[in-house]
Amino acid sequence: MSSGAIVVESHPADTLLRAERLPHILCPGCGIGSVVHTYVDAIAASGIPQDKHVCVSGIGCSGRAAGYVNVDSYHTTHGRSIPFALGIATYRPELHVTVISGDGDLTAIGGNHFIHAARRSVALLVLCINNFNYGMTGGQAGPTTPLSAMSRTTPHGCWERPFNLPFLAQAVGASYVARWTVLHVRQLRAALIHAMNKEGFRFIEILSPCPTGFGRPNDIGDGISEMQNYLRRCVVDNGIDLRQTDIDLTQQDSPIYVGDFVDVDRPSFRPQVVQHAH
Amino acid sequence: MQEEAVDNEVTEIRISGYGGQGVVLAGQLLGKAASLYDNKSAVFTQSYGPEARGGASCADVVVSSAPVDYPLVSHPDVLVTLFQEAYMKYRPMMKPGGILILEPDLVQVKKDEVPHHRVPATKIAEGLGRKIVANVVALGYLVGITNVVGREAVEECIRATVKKQTIDLNLRAFDAGFSLAAKERVAS
Amino acid sequence: MTPATAPAIDEHPRVISGDHFMLGDHACAEGALAAGLDFYGGYPITPSTEIMEHLAERLPAVGGTFVQMEDEIASVAAIIGASVAGARVMTATSGPGFSLMMENIGLAAIMEVPIVIVDVQRASPSTGLPTSVGQSDLLQVRWGSHGDYSVIVYCPSSPQECFDLTIAAFNAADQYRVPSFVLMDEIVGHMTERVVVPPQEKIQRVYRKRPSVPPGSPEFLPFKADEDLVPPMAHAGEGYKVHMTGLTHDERGYPSLTAQTHEKLINRIVDKVRLNADRIVRYELINTEDAEIVVVALGCTARSARRAVARARMKGIRAGMLRPITMWPFPQTVLKELAGNGVVKRFVVPEINLGQLCREVHRHTALPVTRLNHPGGAMITPDQILEALEA
Repeated sequence: MSSGAIVVESHPADTLLRAERLPHILCPGCGIGSVVHTYVDAIAASGIPQDKHVCVSGIGCSGRAAGYVNVDSYHTTHGRSIPFALGIATYRPELHVTVISGDGDLTAIGGNHFIHAARRSVALLVLCINNFNYGMTGGQAGPTTPLSAMSRTTPHGCWERPFNLPFLAQAVGASYVARWTVLHVRQLRAALIHAMNKEGFRFIEILSPCPTGFGRPNDIGDGISEMQNYLRRCVVDNGIDLRQTDIDLTQQDSPIYVGDFVDVDRPSFRPQVVQHAH
Repeated sequence: MQEEAVDNEVTEIRISGYGGQGVVLAGQLLGKAASLYDNKSAVFTQSYGPEARGGASCADVVVSSAPVDYPLVSHPDVLVTLFQEAYMKYRPMMKPGGILILEPDLVQVKKDEVPHHRVPATKIAEGLGRKIVANVVALGYLVGITNVVGREAVEECIRATVKKQTIDLNLRAFDAGFSLAAKERVAS
Repeated sequence: MTPATAPAIDEHPRVISGDHFMLGDHACAEGALAAGLDFYGGYPITPSTEIMEHLAERLPAVGGTFVQMEDEIASVAAIIGASVAGARVMTATSGPGFSLMMENIGLAAIMEVPIVIVDVQRASPSTGLPTSVGQSDLLQVRWGSHGDYSVIVYCPSSPQECFDLTIAAFNAADQYRVPSFVLMDEIVGHMTERVVVPPQEKIQRVYRKRPSVPPGSPEFLPFKADEDLVPPMAHAGEGYKVHMTGLTHDERGYPSLTAQTHEKLINRIVDKVRLNADRIVRYELINTEDAEIVVVALGCTARSARRAVARARMKGIRAGMLRPITMWPFPQTVLKELAGNGVVKRFVVPEINLGQLCREVHRHTALPVTRLNHPGGAMITPDQILEALEA
C-alpha cells in the first residue's frame, strides 16, 4: 500500500471480535472502539468461557458495539437493552450478560428500565458509554449533556441539569459503581474483570470523546484534545461521596472524579422458586 | 305458593348483594354444578371494577340444556337479592313473571311488589353457627324453588370446591335453604 | 365427564387434566402452562390481570419464571430476551398496554423471535372503559408496529378456546418464528364456563426448528431460511455466537443497510405467513350450506351471532355464520367461496368497534355488507343482529 499502512494477517483479538465486520462505522477520534476492545480483552481475562458471555445493546453509536463482539449479541430497540437482557439473564442465570449502550439510550428513553433493573439487582453488567450527546442522530442534547454545553438541540447552550450517573446508580441499588474514561484503559479493564465476576446490577460509566457530535460544537477539538482534557482534569478518588461527582464543563478546571466508587455484596435477582410441599 | 317453573331452554339468574356476602361464590357454585355435575351448560359472570368494590354487586349465571351462546344476564328469570341497594338496583331488570327471592331482614320491598320468596338466609346461617354461609343458604333455597340444577349436583360441587374444613358447614347451609324451599312447595 | 376435584395442596401439575368451570383469563393462563410456558413477563392491566395473577401463583410452582416488569415495553423486551435464550414466553395486556408493546413487536418480527402476546380487548381508545368489552384492536394487532411484517392472531370466543388457542399461539409462534397473539375480549376473558383440559400426552407442542449443525460450523447462517422460509434458531449460550439486530440484516444476521437486503428480508418475513396461510387459517362455519345471509363475527360477538342465526332460521330466514378463529391471516379463501357461491346475497358484520372487521370483508367481496357497530362497553345483542338479518 502506498500509504505505508502496516498490514497484518491477524490480530490477538480476532477470536473475540467479529473481524469480518471490521472496519467499524465509528468516527475518527471516537472512544467506543477503545471500550469494545477493552471489553473483549476483559472477556478473555474474566475466567468465564467466551460462550457464556452475552452482549446486549440498544440504539445509537454505542448500541453498535454488540455487533462487533464475537459472543451471542443482540442489538435491540432504543432504550430497551436492559429489559431484553433481563429476559436472558433471568431465564439463563449461568450466562454473563453485559449491556453496552450510550447515555441517551440507557438513561433517557431507557431510564425507567435502568432504575428498576438496579432496584431488582438483576444480574447485569451495564456499561454506559457517556459521550454527552446523541451522536448517531448528529449531536443532540441528552440527559448527561453538561450545563451550558452546545448541541443541535441546545444551540443557545444546555440549560438543563444533567444526571450524575454514579450517584444515580448507587441510589437505585447497584452493587458496583465505577467511572472511568477511555483514557483509563488499564483501570477500566480491571474494573470490567472485577465486575464480570460479581453478582447484582453492576454499572460502569465510561466517559468517551465524541469529536463529531460534542467536541466540535463545544470547541474541544478532536478526540485527542478531549482525551487530553480528561488527562488534565480527571481525579481518581475511590472513596468520594457520589453527591460530588457531577461533571461541570463551565468550570474549565473543575475536577472530573473517576474511580471504583461502590463495591458491595448484593445477591442477584433470581426467579422465585416455589418449593413443592411434600 | 304455587310451584314456579322456569323456561327450560335458557334460565338467567342473578344473585345480588353487597361485597362480603359471598354472592360470587354462590354464583360460581351454581354455574359449576350445572356445567360439571349436571348435564347442562352454564356461563358465570360477575361485576368488575369500582362497581364490584362497594355497594351492590352481582353474580350472574345463565343455565341452559343446550350450549349457552349469549353469555350475559339482561333480564333475570330468577333474581336473588340479599341487600336493599341490590334490590333497588336490580329489581327493575327482572323479567315480568320472574322469580324474586329476597332476604327479608336486609331488604324492604316496595308496597306494590309482586308475590315473592322471603328467605331469612342470614338468620338461618347464624343458626348453623356461621353467618358467612348465608349465601349458600340462599343458593339452597334457589335450587329448591327453581330446580334449575339438581340437588346432588350442587352437593357434589360443594364437596369439590370449598375448603375441606368447611364442606360440612356448606352442605348443611345448602340443605337448610333447600329444605325450606321444599317445605314451602309442599305447603302451597 | 370427569370433573376434576380440587387439587391437593401438595400437587402442582403443569397440565390440570379434567373438566373445570374456569374463567376465560385463567383458561388462557392454563393453556400457556400446557403449551410449555417457561417465562412470563408482564404488567397488570384490566381486564387481563387475572392471567398474570394466575401465572404468578402457578408458573413458579411448575419451575417456570415469572417477572412483574416495570411497564409493557419492558414486558415485551424481557420475553424476547428470554425467547432468544430458549424459553417459551408470553405476556398479557389490554388496550393501553398493548399500545406500549408495539415497538418491540416489530423487533420480534424482524429478529424472528417467537413470542406470544395476549390482548384482552376493552372499550378504547386510551383509558376508555377499562372494565368493559371492546373489539377495537383488530387492526392494531396486525398493523400496530411500524412497517411490514406478519403475525398470527387467534380470537377465542369461549374459555375453552382461550385454553386451546393459547396453545395454538405458542405452537404457531415457534413454528413460524413470529409474534403470535391471542386476541381476547373482556367478555370472553371474564366469563366462566366449562373448560376441558386434555391429558398432557394429548396436547401437541410444536417447537422452533433448531440448527442441524454444531456450533462453529461455517455453514450455519442464523438467518438462512429453509424452504418454508423459516430459519432454524440458535439460542444464547450455545456457542453459535449469533448476532441479532433490529436493523435490516443479511443471512449472517449482520446489518446490511441496502434496499436489496431489505427487500429480501421483509418479503420473507411477510411471506412465511402469507404463503403458509392455508395451513394456519382457522374458522368455523354454521348453517352456511344454503345461507343467503352470512354473519361474519368473532370473539364474544360470535356468541350473539350464533343465537341470532338460530332465531332467524326459526323465522325462515336462511342465515349462516362465518366465524374467523384466526383474524390474521384472515380466512379470505372461504369468504370468497361463500361470496361467489351464487347463494349468498349479503353479509352482516357485527363488531364492537366502528368498522374494522367489515373492512376485511369488503376487501374480499363485492356483495353488500351490512355493518353493525358499537364502539364498546356493551355486547352487540342477538336481537340487534337478528334485526340486521331481517332488514
